[in-house]
Order: sequence, then structure tokens, then C-alpha cells
Amino acid sequence: MTHPPDSRTARSRPGAGTPDGRDPAPVAPRPEGNWILRAPSLRRKAILLAKVQDEAGHGLYLYSATETLGVDRSELTEKLIDSRQKYSSIFNYPTLTFADIGVIGWLVDGAAICNQVPLCRSSYGPYARAMVRICKEESFHQRQGVELLMTLMAGTDAQRGMVQDAVDRWWWPSLMMFGPADGDSPNTQQSMAWRIKRHTNDELRQRYVDMSVPQAEALGVTFPDPELRWNAERGSYDYGEIDWAEFTAVVKGAGPCNAQRLAHRRAAHENGQWVRDAASAYAAKQARREQEAAA
Amino acid sequence: MSMSDDTTAHVEGDPAGDLGAGTPQATWPLYEVFVRGKRGLNHVHVGSLHAPDDRMALHNARNLYTRRNEGVSIWVVRADAITASSPDEKDPFFAPSGDKVYRHPTFYSIPDSVPHL
Repeated sequence: MTHPPDSRTARSRPGAGTPDGRDPAPVAPRPEGNWILRAPSLRRKAILLAKVQDEAGHGLYLYSATETLGVDRSELTEKLIDSRQKYSSIFNYPTLTFADIGVIGWLVDGAAICNQVPLCRSSYGPYARAMVRICKEESFHQRQGVELLMTLMAGTDAQRGMVQDAVDRWWWPSLMMFGPADGDSPNTQQSMAWRIKRHTNDELRQRYVDMSVPQAEALGVTFPDPELRWNAERGSYDYGEIDWAEFTAVVKGAGPCNAQRLAHRRAAHENGQWVRDAASAYAAKQARREQEAAA
Repeated sequence: MSMSDDTTAHVEGDPAGDLGAGTPQATWPLYEVFVRGKRGLNHVHVGSLHAPDDRMALHNARNLYTRRNEGVSIWVVRADAITASSPDEKDPFFAPSGDKVYRHPTFYSIPDSVPHL
């Protein structure tokens, strides 16, 4: 299939195939990085470190895919830390307890999997191949989250309360990860036509709801939506209206942690400058020595 | 340009590997990464990364592409060292093999009475 020239622009945003076209990864490790030093056991700490390392890798895969379109990586980094590049709204919510780590794995990574599995068949090869790797790793993320939650649910009342509280805070933001409703998604139609995206935002959101409800029942938690109920006619769960004003506000930078996330990303970039400089200096020195030895 | 059947990453689109040329901050060179999944298999292209030198490229490739026993051997090659056929010339470039059906065993019809062929 042949893409019209414009499709290059459509794909040159790092998150071009994601539901709201936002870069999913560069600040992804942040909400969870918060808990590495406070993990309750060495086992949980090792798991969380592995997951955060994966998330950083996912950012790199997507930046690589974007680079194949001729976009410069350092330019993308600069755009992100100057607030000129949007990223997924989900990373702007705080992680208040360790139960959030489990719920992020279960719901947030579960939503990411729903979004990304069809993108493995995206028409743009480098992007589709990145998605295959990402989906394999996300499966580990989701399962470690559910296992963490099952452990907490088998504990004390206070621990079960922590899980329910985390579910109450993350359910609606996870639904927002699928992006605007189909009627309000300016990029969906074009991305579908070029097969960068394979399903609409609302189709994927419904699939996610239908998968999540029985999982919540198995865990013994409820979702904070009084309108959530089985619709036998549709063979799907009905759910309540998403707070789109909140979604818009978070995407535009007014979420609970936007400023903090970007400040941290900026600081990490600036504080890492000496490492990059040292690596460059070392490479230059080695090259010079090799040249001298050859001369 | 056809996107649905591409088999390599951006060595196709950017054979010169000069992404970022002209930006004020010097960009580390781009490396293409190839991993051998296990003994007996070919190295297969898995992606790319930037690194200041060959050795760092190898270490970064290990960290980025083989965190779960995906390979027993890695090659890293500077993208600007790769010469690639151009996707725009794909049809004429490969056309010479298109009309030589006699190069395939199925071109020759042999009666069933001749065994072990």
C-alpha cells in the first residue's frame, strides 16, 4: 500500500499511532520511579527496576521509529522538555501508595496493551516492529501488577483499602488513555485511512472495559462508575460519561503533576550532560590514540 | 513508496545516516543493531541506537535489545557504513530476475515415472 506524502507528517510525531497522538514513553518511568527506593521487598524492587528499564526502552524504540522519518532525536528531546511536545495524559497523575504500582501495571499497562496490540499490524514497518517488542514487555508489566494486587488483596483490610483507593483514582484516567471520543478525534479518520491506526478510540475503550470488569471481579475490587453495567443487547458493558474537561485540562498542562514531571525530565537531561560529554570525550580520545598508533 | 513490505529499518530511508547533520549540538552517530537469536540462526536487524563509539554501541545494544535472552551475539554497524538499495529503484533494480523462470526447479516438468526428483 502506498502512503500519500502527508502521511510522513502524520507519523513523525512519536506517538502517532496512539489514540490521542501523544508520545507515550519519555516521562513514563517517572510515576513509578517514585517508588523504587520505597519498594517493600527486594523482590518487588527488582521487578520495579526491570519494569522502569523497559519503559525507558520503549521510549527509545519509539524515538528510533520516529527517526526513520528523518526527525532528529535531540530535537525531539528539546521539544519535550520545552513543553512543545505533548505526551500521554496518564503520566500526570500522582502515585500515592505502593498499591498504585500494582494498579498502574493492571489498568494503565492493560490499557496500553489494548491500544498497542492492533498497532503491531500498523502499516508503517518500523513502528509496527517497535510495537511487537513493546507488547511482549507490557505483558510482564501487567502480570506483575495483577500479582502485586492479589498479594495485597490477600492481606489486611487496610491493604485491601489501599488497592480500592488506587483503583478509584486510576480507573477514569485509564479510560482517558484511549483519547477523545470518536466524534472529537481530529486525527483518527486520517490515521485509519492510512492504516497507521487500526481501530477507533471508542472501539478500543469498549474492549478495555469489557476485559477489565471480570478482572476486577476476580480481584475483589469495584470501579467508581455507578453507570457501569452489562448490556445483554450489545454484549458489552455500558459505562458512564468521561470527564472530558479534566482530560483536556491534563493534556494542556494543568494536570496534577504536569509541571513536576517535565521539571524532573528537564533536570535529568541537564544533570546527564556531563555523562554524555564524558562519553564523547572518551570516544574522541580513543579515536585519536588509534590514529596515532596507526601513523 | 511501498511501506507494507519493507524488511529493513531506516538504512533504507536514510542510507547516509546523516540524521541530525547541521544541528548545533553534535549528535552521536547512529548504529544499526543485528542480533543472532541462537546458534545456527542468522543475525537479524532489530533496531538502532546512538552511541559515541563502537564499544558503547555494543553495550547499549545489549541493554536495549537483549534484556530477556533474545540473543547470543550482537553486531553493531554505523548506519553511514551501510550501502543500501534505494526503495525508489526497487522495481528496476530487481527486474532482471523477474523473467528468468527457468532458474526455478518448478520450471521443468518431469513425468511421475522418474523417481527421487
